[in-house]
Amino acid sequence: MNLVRRRKASETEKPSVSDSKTTNEGGEEEEEEEDDDDKNKKSKKAVTKKKKRKVEEKGKWSCVDSCCWFIGCICTIWWFLLLLYNAMPASFPQYVTEAITGPLPDHPGVKLRKEGLTAKHPVVFVPGIVTGGLELWEGHQCADGLFRKRLWGGTFGEVYKRPLCWVEHMSLDNETGMDPPGIRVRPVTGLVAADYFAPGYFVWAVLIANLAHIGYEEKTMYMAAYDWRISFENTEVRDQTLSRIKSNIELLVATNGGKKAVIIPHSMGALYFLHFMKWVEAPAPMGGGGGSDWCSKHIKAVMNIGGPFLGVPKAVSGLFSAEAKDIAVARAIAPGFLDNDLFRLQTLQHVMRMSRTWDSTMSMIPKGGDIIWGGLDWSPEEGYVPSKKRQRNNGTQIAEQNETGSQVSQTKRGNYGRIISFGKDVAEADSSEIEMIDFRDAVKGSNVANTTCRDVWTEYHDMGIEGIRAVAEYKVYTAGSILDLLYFVAPKMMARGSAHFSYGIADDLDDPKYKHYKYWSNPLETKLPNAPEMEIYSMYGVGIPTERAYIYKLSPSAECYIPFQIDTSAKGENEDSCLKDGVYAVDGDETVPVLSAGFMCAKGWRGKTRFNPSGIRTYIREYDHAPPANLLEGRGTQSGAHVDIMGNFALIEDILRVAAGATGEDLGGDRVYSDIFKWSEKIKLPL
Amino acid sequence: MASILRFRKLCYVEPVKCSSLGFESFETPKIEKKDEGIGPSIENVLQKQEKKKSKRQPKEWRCVDYCCWTIGYVCTTWWLLLFLYHCLPVTLTGFQVPEPPGARLKREGLTALHPVVLVPGIVTGGLELWEGRPCADGLFRKRLWGGSFTEIFKRPLCWLEHLSLHNETGLDPPGIRVRAVPGLVAADYFAPGYFVWAVLIENLARIGYEGKNLHMAAYDWRLSFQNTEIRDQALSRLKSKIELMFETNGYKKVVVVPHSMGVIYFLHFLKWVESPPPMGGGGGPGWCAKHIKAVMNIGPAFLGVPKTVSNIFSAESKDVAFVRAMAPGVLDSEMLGLQTLEHVMRVSRTWDSIISLMPKGGETIWGNMDWSPEEGYDCDLARKRYMKPSLNDKKSNNSDGKRGFHIEDYVKYGRIISFGKAASQLPSSQLPTLGLKEFSSTSTSSSSNSPCGEVWTEYDEMSRDSIQKVPENKAYTARTLVDLLHFVAPKMMRRAEAHFSHGIAENLDDPKYAHYKYWSNPLETKLPDAPDMEIYCLCGVGIPTERSYVYKPSPSDRCKSIPFRIDSSADGSDNGCLKGGVYFVDGDESVPVLSAGFMCAKGWRGRTRFNPSGIATYVREYQHKPPASLLEGRGIESGAHVDIMGNVALIEDVLRVAAGATGAEIGGDTIYSDIIRMSERINLQL
Repeated sequence: MNLVRRRKASETEKPSVSDSKTTNEGGEEEEEEEDDDDKNKKSKKAVTKKKKRKVEEKGKWSCVDSCCWFIGCICTIWWFLLLLYNAMPASFPQYVTEAITGPLPDHPGVKLRKEGLTAKHPVVFVPGIVTGGLELWEGHQCADGLFRKRLWGGTFGEVYKRPLCWVEHMSLDNETGMDPPGIRVRPVTGLVAADYFAPGYFVWAVLIANLAHIGYEEKTMYMAAYDWRISFENTEVRDQTLSRIKSNIELLVATNGGKKAVIIPHSMGALYFLHFMKWVEAPAPMGGGGGSDWCSKHIKAVMNIGGPFLGVPKAVSGLFSAEAKDIAVARAIAPGFLDNDLFRLQTLQHVMRMSRTWDSTMSMIPKGGDIIWGGLDWSPEEGYVPSKKRQRNNGTQIAEQNETGSQVSQTKRGNYGRIISFGKDVAEADSSEIEMIDFRDAVKGSNVANTTCRDVWTEYHDMGIEGIRAVAEYKVYTAGSILDLLYFVAPKMMARGSAHFSYGIADDLDDPKYKHYKYWSNPLETKLPNAPEMEIYSMYGVGIPTERAYIYKLSPSAECYIPFQIDTSAKGENEDSCLKDGVYAVDGDETVPVLSAGFMCAKGWRGKTRFNPSGIRTYIREYDHAPPANLLEGRGTQSGAHVDIMGNFALIEDILRVAAGATGEDLGGDRVYSDIFKWSEKIKLPL
Repeated sequence: MASILRFRKLCYVEPVKCSSLGFESFETPKIEKKDEGIGPSIENVLQKQEKKKSKRQPKEWRCVDYCCWTIGYVCTTWWLLLFLYHCLPVTLTGFQVPEPPGARLKREGLTALHPVVLVPGIVTGGLELWEGRPCADGLFRKRLWGGSFTEIFKRPLCWLEHLSLHNETGLDPPGIRVRAVPGLVAADYFAPGYFVWAVLIENLARIGYEGKNLHMAAYDWRLSFQNTEIRDQALSRLKSKIELMFETNGYKKVVVVPHSMGVIYFLHFLKWVESPPPMGGGGGPGWCAKHIKAVMNIGPAFLGVPKTVSNIFSAESKDVAFVRAMAPGVLDSEMLGLQTLEHVMRVSRTWDSIISLMPKGGETIWGNMDWSPEEGYDCDLARKRYMKPSLNDKKSNNSDGKRGFHIEDYVKYGRIISFGKAASQLPSSQLPTLGLKEFSSTSTSSSSNSPCGEVWTEYDEMSRDSIQKVPENKAYTARTLVDLLHFVAPKMMRRAEAHFSHGIAENLDDPKYAHYKYWSNPLETKLPDAPDMEIYCLCGVGIPTERSYVYKPSPSDRCKSIPFRIDSSADGSDNGCLKGGVYFVDGDESVPVLSAGFMCAKGWRGRTRFNPSGIATYVREYQHKPPASLLEGRGIESGAHVDIMGNVALIEDVLRVAAGATGAEIGGDTIYSDIIRMSERINLQL
């Protein structure tokens, strides 16, 4: 019936479309077509039904279920991969890397072991600032359950969980620079203190592993971990750290058949160990009472890695406005984000409040004033062109490049001596054009709006607007006036700091005042110990632009904020310029400029000078930075960056050779890529 | 055209299924325009496909997707709960935590005064890898012992190889360097969540201790004591550490807290440090008096532990025997080729330190065939007294009666190893006596080494005949045991002879006692001349502790198995001292009271020949109480060998002494066990 009706319907339509003659002939065809159509419709219906069914099914699989399904899938795959990863033979990653990049060079430890090197001299590591772990021994209520857990180093999980509590526990007392009442945060001891900073981010681990290859172990290695937040002398007062280091070095030497120790300080550890060497020979009440030949008896060599002997400009910007290049870049990219008070984060303010309680940061304020770091019109590095580095690789063109380089530098050289300048024009202007209004006597205005700033307290709130303006109007600060600036903006911090550190240059080293411990970490105000057989190495990376001077501006709103910030809009004219995002860069290892790391070994202590009366031999070993060739290499085996250099194969090889008995001459003496000798010549320091 | 489009879509979605039709599908658009006839055929195919598809799809959803769904569901819930748990304030999560003793004592005004040195015992210290074979790649400076022990499951044979020492020298095998983990982390937790020293450290920290006045004297507990000095200079380091802490803490003497085997290690140290340099530390005779205020021995194993005997003899102890009784065949089955016990035996026999824990003092201390100091100890009574103190009065008459009954057949603890339950109970006159020396001289021709595979225990070197002879002697006392071990493990004992001695000195002034092998035996050394020093014996009581064993020969005579095993079928009748082939006495689950307390209770009490300067000794016993609820974890009043480190009373004692109190101030002796009576029975010339 159905069929018939439809045919009729179609027939009624047909005539209008086609001729009556062809109806019969075409009817059959049409019938077939019709049938097909029918089937089509049926199938269509079927499809729709199926669709409906699907929809129903999907209805069962609601959104939550799909989510669960999705999570389940991911989890399963993840576990599966994890299983595969765990089941994988340990040598697999290496195999893959070798397949892609070609055979890896042997680890220096393996290589040297084949050469027949074995452990000889005991080795002492002195970690730098920031890299050492700190753990909680006593805390406030909010830090419950964190007993003997790492607050610093490791995963930093607590920073996210309870940030304010964390900041509170990491801060020191603002007056004494020691523990706040009820809080005891202490350094982690042993090699674990600084082998990895965070999981996977090695500091000393690679070096330790390579030393172990040639036979070192716990009894011949010692990590001189100390609380890097407090001033050097306070580590002795509070924790007796210096005494412990002394006793441990004596023990190492005694249990290893009288072999002298090789000391390897890194970063601020270099200053710390300088302090130690003076402390240990000083008489008992203030010093360690080891006698005047302690160093020559117990130390074979001091191999400073990236030692900021004369300080780092970074420390200034850190103290002044809690910023460094990284933060400045972040601010340039996403303006307003860091300053955003929407979340009441005030991150930078918190960081500043915390880090200003750490005395140790003041040990790295540039030392030696204008004589070392340059005045308004000159600086030892002037004429440095960052682009030179890039072309140095094509060795033949060096001469050419130097010519063009010097031409460029004559037209617009960076006035590195002006460590802080307000405004780019000021930074580049001739010194005679700058009118400086003295800020030192400026009246600090009344306390601005402390009420709105809630819990974050930085010393800027005590300064008042007048004080801030006075600072900005002085325009330019050199290494010498930086100190006055810091005294002005952070009087409490500097009051603590000046009791523990000094930044000058000694006129007469025999002056009895230099017996005070505050001079011990300044190489320009102390003599090296009387140990003619000792060796001092300065090993550092070169070839990375390093912060040297800053262009500042006033913060737009001056209330709760840190009133100054780096002017990230200040850029050099072309790409090769030293000025980038408000920061002038020179050659260095990303943190320490070459000048600071190398000057003492290149000139200050070279030969018999007044700083080095016994003529301790010094060696400069520079490591040219080469970024890792690909991602598989991780942080690279030829890196020159401040921390990554600890994985530099050439550096490790040098250390291993010295630890196994070689002298500086055996290594090949100096190894220099930078202009350190040229720059040192320009510094007129009476020796 | 619509159909074609649909077809295309299908092909797009399921290229594999369409691959057979792929040719057609490319052709169709052109053909269709010319000839419509092909259209339907495609349509048919399509329908079939769709039918197939509709059949297949639900199945797929059900199989894999349900699994994924469940996993996802579980994961999400888990994370949610975890998140909630983390969000909860710390105080809410736990039950009402009893106030830790450190916090209470701090309120009392106690502060850190004397620096504290912790000396861990056997097994609890972590060991890490410094150099290994290729199979241990990637484990550099990872823990092999302690921590999560994941490597056992991943590469068990490699793990065993690295933990073994050299069978001849007792030092590192070539190419392998495994060293003790240094610092407090060495033994604060043995495995995640299983504390050893952590609770004590935390309480010390509450009254002001920190890294500078708290030191963990970690050492490689596998080595003999003198070898820790030879290989790692561990004793020199300890000496230097103690001197440093003494000087940097205002010249306050040190309180030393050794645990378990650490006790005899420190005894060794006390002698070593005052001995002249080539063999000793050269600290001079006044060193201990100058630097040490008190030695607070926790669970001290002064006179050895019977457990070690069974360990060395057949690599078993109560726990293993118990497992064997529960599931016979599992441990012995060689189906999986595991040979767990054999491997354990082979490895542990290379560890010299175990031998330091063998019972010392022979029959004088540990009893002979017919006699033992503990005889008359009523295990049942003990249990009742400890478990249900309230019932004590009611049952007192009853137990008195029992005691009378028991007088006839005291448990003969003196027979540390006996073959067969009968042999452990017979009067000595009925036992066959066979000089062990005799059969130890019989030929030890190596029997069928070839099928024994890679597991090598010294039993493989013994001929079956000589193995047969061991059980013939029926019972072994502490004295004959040494001969027995010499017989079954000659190499190990030869190493041990050079490092340890287990006798009693006749004349302590004999120059031979200047040798270091006597230093760890309290019965063969004098205490240092330090009259102001104090020695504490802090031990748990109230837990049945292994004292002697009933053995039987293994049923199978295959070369791969250990030929003897504890007869776990031997159970006592009613008094309960014998269970699963093991006789129990009072103790802390590992160390019997006798071993822990005797020296403090009698051997060193007053001025004796072992204690010429009259160092004050105190016995502090801690009654075991099992944790009241699961939430308490391992209990705060436990007396068990390791759990006692969380015992509140013990922690309080340690803290008070560290803060300056003397033994008399904390209350002198506290004794729950029969240690005084037992000591009286021991006939030792003092």
